[in-house]
Order: sequence, then C-alpha cells, then structure tokens
Amino acid sequence: MTPRQKRLTWIVAGVALVAAAVGLVLFALKNNVSLYFTPTQVYNKEAPQGRNFRIGGLVETGSIQRQTDGLTVHFSITDTVQKMPVIYKGILPDLFKEGKGVVAQGKIEADGVFHAEEVLAKHDENYMPPEAIDAINKAEAGKAASASAPAVSNPVAK
Amino acid sequence: MRLAINWFKYSAPTTFYGLAGKLIPFFAWPAAILFAVGLYIGFFVAPTDAVQSEAYRIMFIHVPASILSMFIYLIMAGYAALGLIFKTRLSSMMASALAPTGALFAFISLWTGALWGKPMWGAWWVWDARLTSELILLFLYLGFIALQASIEDPRRADRASALLAIVGSVNVPIIYYSVQWWNTLHQGSSIKFSGTSMHVAMQQSMFTILVACWLYVIAVVLARVRSIILERESNTQWVKDLAETK
Repeated sequence: MTPRQKRLTWIVAGVALVAAAVGLVLFALKNNVSLYFTPTQVYNKEAPQGRNFRIGGLVETGSIQRQTDGLTVHFSITDTVQKMPVIYKGILPDLFKEGKGVVAQGKIEADGVFHAEEVLAKHDENYMPPEAIDAINKAEAGKAASASAPAVSNPVAK
Repeated sequence: MRLAINWFKYSAPTTFYGLAGKLIPFFAWPAAILFAVGLYIGFFVAPTDAVQSEAYRIMFIHVPASILSMFIYLIMAGYAALGLIFKTRLSSMMASALAPTGALFAFISLWTGALWGKPMWGAWWVWDARLTSELILLFLYLGFIALQASIEDPRRADRASALLAIVGSVNVPIIYYSVQWWNTLHQGSSIKFSGTSMHVAMQQSMFTILVACWLYVIAVVLARVRSIILERESNTQWVKDLAETK
C-alpha cells in the first residue's frame, strides 16, 4: 500500500468507527432524544412517572373547552389510539387548533389530568394557498357524499 | 499522463490564484441577480399560506441556509480529507475558506428558525433533535475555525482541523434524518428526494434563492481562498511579483 492509500484507509476506518459509536449512543438514548411521548406511550407507562415530561399528538376535535376566566383551557391530546386530557392556563400559540399537532410540557397530577406549563403548536411540511385548502376540503366533502350515496349521486357513470 | 498534468495544474496555488480571481465575477453577479429575482417571487408572486399566512415566507431564506450549512460542511470535510490524503496544499486552504461561510449559514438557519418558531410554535428554541444537531453543526464549524487559528504551523493546523471536520461529518446525516428518526417539534422535510410538498411559486422562490446562495458561496469562498493563498505563500517570489502586493 502506498502512503496515500494507507491514509485513506485510516480515514475511512476512523469515520466508520465514529459513525458506529455515535449510532449506538443515539440508539441507546432513543427515548431521551425524542422530544415528546405519545399518549400511547404514556398509557403503557413508558413516560416518566411523577415528574415533568412532554406529550405530543393532535388536539382532539371537539375537545377544546375554555373556562370563563379566559385563560384556562381543557383539551385532549390524541394519537388516534389513546388520548390524554390536558389542562393549561396561559396564552396558546396561534396555530393551536383542533385536529392540529401540539406538544405540551408538564406532568400528570393525582387527578389523572396532564397539567401543562407550556403548550407548543406543531405544524406540518405542506405549504399551499388558502384556495388550495378550500378545493381539497370541497373535494373531500364531495367524495364523502358520493361514498355515502354512490347510486344516487352519480348514476350516469355506471 | 497528459490528463493527470492538466488535472493537477489548477491544484497548485500559483495557478489557482489567478483563475479564482477571474472566476469570481461570473458567480457574484448571477448570485446578486438571482437573489433579487428569488426575493421578488417570494414576496410578490408566492401566495399566502393557508395555515401560517405571511409568516411562512421566512422559509425562503431559512431552508436554503439550512441546506447549504449541511452541504458546505460535507464539501469542507471532503477538501479536508483530500488535503490529508494527497497532501495538496490547496485542498486544505479550500477547507479553511469554506468554514466561515458554512458557519454563517448555520447561524442564519438557527436565527431565522428562532424568528419563525416564536410566532408559529410558541417558542424561540426547543431542544429537539433537529435544532440541537444543527446547533452542534455550528459548533463544529466554530471549532474548526478555532482549532485552525490556535495552531501556529499551518500544516499541523490543517491536519488537526481536517480530522475534526471529517469526524464531524457524521453529524450531517443525523441533522437530515433527525425529523424521521425521532419525534421532534420541527416538521418533516418539504423538499425530499421524491419531490416537494409546496405550492409551485413557493418552490420557485426557494430554489432560486438556493441557487443564488450557492453562487454567493462560490464567489465568497474563491475570494477568501485567494487571501489565504497570499497569506500562506507570502514568503514566495511569485507573490512578491504580483501587481496587487507591490
């Protein structure tokens, strides 16, 4: 081997070793690297008991209840399998909406409700103008209507 | 044999110094024009977003800066490795020239991300995997620059900082895949290898600014590598003979 090839081999071997080491460390710390626990993980007692952690999922549709003081909010975080009731007192981010992503930090008190100290909104990676969203909603509404009454809505197509 | 001679001709700092000087305007001007075009599309042609209304427009600089901060690191590590393996002086100089620009883009990425995060998520910063690994990338750049500056002998400085750059490149795929491997507050990638999830005018603005940033990087790095060549070769006769050093 020429000195060049030797140096190349050392570098490739070194990077491979470091990558493997980092990979193993990250794999071992998998739960600590993740920002939040899902309601299912909480239900399965994988989340820390009796201390602060973050829970993430979607705000369950129809679950938001605002108290008369204007600050306290009750809602549920769901991952469509399990759900977690949450109480939060404070100002919510603008993107906080039913059916949208949310990450809350706090802990489960004795009443079985997650008392949040901080609520963050999570948005997705899709960007489109409002008209496009309207069109998609209309198309989906149309699809739902035709699915419920296929014979009536489109008899000609047969 | 002839091919090999041609190939290595421009890896000599002497030849490259002049070539780089001639090339700079060909990258700098298109960069300026494309920045203007991209910003125009971004502000006046691209529609408002259904969810985030106007605030999403910061991604036209946030995304290109983030992409480049990762790409520049890989290129820097590649040059550092070439310098280490082939002992070509110019490769190490290129690595040093790339580092400050990479650090700048990593900083812009984090800074615009914070400005975007506060109104949308409700937080300037969260310790999620994407944000933390990008912060580590900034520290790797700064560490590379600091290590280079702390060792007097440029050859030893090159060798030490090359090792840091090469080992640190492990972080780049971690940044890229962080949003898939772990659950994070940061959303997934809008630009994937399989396509994008964006309106067409938004894509046009983003890609125009991405190309503009690329051209800017090339122009700035060529200018910086010229300074590094002058600095490191300051004792040689050819530098003393240059019109600009007299």
